[in-house]
Amino acid sequence: MTETVQTQAWKTQRSGDSQLKRNWAKLRRNKAALFGGILILIYLITALLAPVIFPGNPSAPNLSRSLERPSVEHPLGTDELGRSILGRVVYGSRVSLLIAIGVVFVGLLVGVPLGLISGYYGGKVDFCIQRITDTLLAFTGFLLALALVAVLGVGLKNTIISVGISMVPIYIRLVRGCTLSVREQTYVEAAKALGTRDRIILLRHILPNVMAPITIQTSLGMGTAILFAAGLGFLGIGVQPPTPEWGTMLSSGRAYLFHAPHVATFPGIAIFLAVLGFNLAGDGLRDVLDPRFRL
Amino acid sequence: MLQYVLKRLLSTIPVLLGISLLLFFMLRMLPGDPAQVLAGQMASPEDIKIIRQQLGLDRPIFVQYGLFLSRLAKFDLGRSARTQNPVIKEIWARLPNTVLLAVTAITLACLFGIPAGIIAAVRPYTWIDYLFTSMALFGISMPVFWLGLMLIVIFSLVLHWLPAGGIGSWKHVILPSFTLAAFVVAFITRMTRASMIEALSQDYTTTARSKGLKEKVVIVKHALKNALIPIITVVGLQFGLLLGGAVLTETVFAWPGIGRLIVDSILARDYPVIQGTILIFGLLYILVNLFVDITYAFIDPRIRYD
Amino acid sequence: MKQEPLLSITNLHTRFHTYEGVVTAVDGVNIDVYQGETLGVVGESGCGKSVTALSILRLLPSPPAEIQGTILFDNMNLLDLNLDEIRQIRGNSISMIFQEPMTSLNPVLTIGEQISEAIRLHQRETRQEAWRKAVEMLQMVQIPSPEIRAKEYPHKLSGGMRQRAMIAMAISCHPRLLLADEPTTALDVTIQAQIIELMIKLKEEMGASIVLITHNLGLIAEMAQRVIVMYTGKVVEEGKVEELFENPLHPYTQGLLGSIPWIGQKLKTGRRQLQEIPGVVPSLLEIPEGCRFHPRCSRVMGICRKEEPPLVQPENGRLVQCWLWT
Repeated sequence: MTETVQTQAWKTQRSGDSQLKRNWAKLRRNKAALFGGILILIYLITALLAPVIFPGNPSAPNLSRSLERPSVEHPLGTDELGRSILGRVVYGSRVSLLIAIGVVFVGLLVGVPLGLISGYYGGKVDFCIQRITDTLLAFTGFLLALALVAVLGVGLKNTIISVGISMVPIYIRLVRGCTLSVREQTYVEAAKALGTRDRIILLRHILPNVMAPITIQTSLGMGTAILFAAGLGFLGIGVQPPTPEWGTMLSSGRAYLFHAPHVATFPGIAIFLAVLGFNLAGDGLRDVLDPRFRL
Repeated sequence: MLQYVLKRLLSTIPVLLGISLLLFFMLRMLPGDPAQVLAGQMASPEDIKIIRQQLGLDRPIFVQYGLFLSRLAKFDLGRSARTQNPVIKEIWARLPNTVLLAVTAITLACLFGIPAGIIAAVRPYTWIDYLFTSMALFGISMPVFWLGLMLIVIFSLVLHWLPAGGIGSWKHVILPSFTLAAFVVAFITRMTRASMIEALSQDYTTTARSKGLKEKVVIVKHALKNALIPIITVVGLQFGLLLGGAVLTETVFAWPGIGRLIVDSILARDYPVIQGTILIFGLLYILVNLFVDITYAFIDPRIRYD
Repeated sequence: MKQEPLLSITNLHTRFHTYEGVVTAVDGVNIDVYQGETLGVVGESGCGKSVTALSILRLLPSPPAEIQGTILFDNMNLLDLNLDEIRQIRGNSISMIFQEPMTSLNPVLTIGEQISEAIRLHQRETRQEAWRKAVEMLQMVQIPSPEIRAKEYPHKLSGGMRQRAMIAMAISCHPRLLLADEPTTALDVTIQAQIIELMIKLKEEMGASIVLITHNLGLIAEMAQRVIVMYTGKVVEEGKVEELFENPLHPYTQGLLGSIPWIGQKLKTGRRQLQEIPGVVPSLLEIPEGCRFHPRCSRVMGICRKEEPPLVQPENGRLVQCWLWT
């Protein structure tokens, strides 16, 4: 029976504490993760309560007030069309949140089942799915989203689909890897020997054990989705104006970089904070759930 | 060893085929007549006819694909719908610029990232670890184009030290490559740290220490050598991501590379160029992966001999 | 006629500071190792035997570990030495063999390199000379074709050969004390026998002392002259192997010996079930009051529940911590 000093950890846990309680305690201790959680919370609240925080139409132009520096009336200044940047940033959070959720949804919906099937059944099915995944991955993330936009066209819906599809191979790989190792566990063998149907095994034995890396990836994925969507917006092939999207705002702010840098600065800070929040939370989750499931 | 290299080379074929298939079908999924799409807005009916013949649109789909592959093999990627220049020429004119940027960026990233990761791993949970880890975290969370714009504001518009864009001297290379590197260095630092911590917690590290070896030797000779394997994976992967990030950075800094080419082409619906650049990106990615895998074999003897 | 011990551990406490509290893995342990003897250290997993060995060579990362006490070797307190000084001792006068030869050998370095680097360090030999000596060591541990094997990587070797290589690494600088932490546990039974024989032979040839840490009582019987039994970080019994096996004093030791199945047991005793010690080893964060073993003890008395018994010497050379013998 092999044991190192490190693996004697179980001897130093108090009996009776549930795993969930222990995990939560661990997570709470991680100050960085807490900070990330707060950032995410702020982000969510801003998105949900946007009309409360900024009443009025953020996209309504007011050319007489264009490119004003930050002031009491417009705390973040105005853009080239005289619109309050604060308002656009606040409403932009809705757009990016919608995109992020949509993207992750697509990734999970397509990626998780494919990953499970690929990992569990192996053989030809696995081979096919893996070759497709390889090909998709050869487009390295952003490029794939780019290529898909080239086919599908611009706009909010297509942004979600494109970025979502670019997230799918990541989930497939992750879930497949995890499934492969869980599949070899003895309890799966035991379930099979009892004649349990594959579908039940997948749902009750394998999926719960894959949840940890999926959760971590989802948190990180939300951040990545925001970055990709903003990137597409910046290039002009994402969400189209006048819809306030942080990346698109940065793109228009670029022209006024010298005279009015605030137009480009604040949306960028918004992106940064949102993504930072998801990254911190994702890291914290990873430390707690399993340091082995590094990506 | 040779066997391993051959195996790896062979495994790139399905991916290459996959990319070509994807491109092949992408064209046919676009609305409208494929020949028209390829020819572009400014083409004459004769041009369209020629292209239709080239594509073999009236023949069975397998034949079309075969024609497509044979053209690819001859490096015939068609003509740009915008400029009517051969796509290969357009790409070739810009490819070296992107490669220059990417290589500079990844070198910078490794030069900073790997030592930072090692230091953070050797002194975990100290202020220096927190410093490097936070910097890395910020780097990953920052949109690369925003960072570029901010750097332009600071170094070009305020300090007047460096040019805001374009190409020409070594000064022009600094801002874009630093911007690109910032994103990547974050991944490399994190991976190096994680990988080193893992290696340092392994049994063989305890064994090395139990022999009385100096800590420096333990870190470099025993731990780092093992830690390099995942680090190299990440560097290779990051190179691929760099190519994607190059698109944004080149746009910000008006850098004449293939990243900008693909964006301009998408906006102009210049499909032959889109197709060509995607293919080149894919090829580059595969090459980098191959290189990484071969490097593995040099570092990890288990792969070499199995 | 008591000789001076080679290694003398006095009042060793090794604590780990964790979020859940302070874990005292070694709680006031006194051990003496004499010249040329094999001392067995026995106990279930988590009793602190490995931590004791790691404490001797100071291989525990120092936060979160905290080591207190005295470990005398060559008239020096090893716990007082700075890191450079302890490194001169590691691999040199005291070395260690670990349990898992696969993970304890560095996969990206050749066997020969891993052995010769210690030789180069401690004996200041040149590369070629150290390599030659490394091959000699491999020969000594009876690895066939040592010159070829030395150039190979650990994953190419079988489990038994890896353990031999580890032993070669440990003895390469002729240590006076060898700490063997479960050296055979990860091996097949037939290989175990070979390794045991090898270790006995080497000990005779080199005259070193061995601290043999294991939970395998059979191994102790074969190799050790004296034995210490540990439980939750304390020494509960000590004595000569024959005496202890013949007449175990502490109920825990009795339980350990009684739980070894032997051929003919069912016939002779009529028992259909194996003997076991009821209960489990307590978590080091929730140590029972009084005698630590009392919740599992078949001969528990009132006082056992309230007060921890002192360590007493019922006979010459025997120590036991139990109210039955006080």
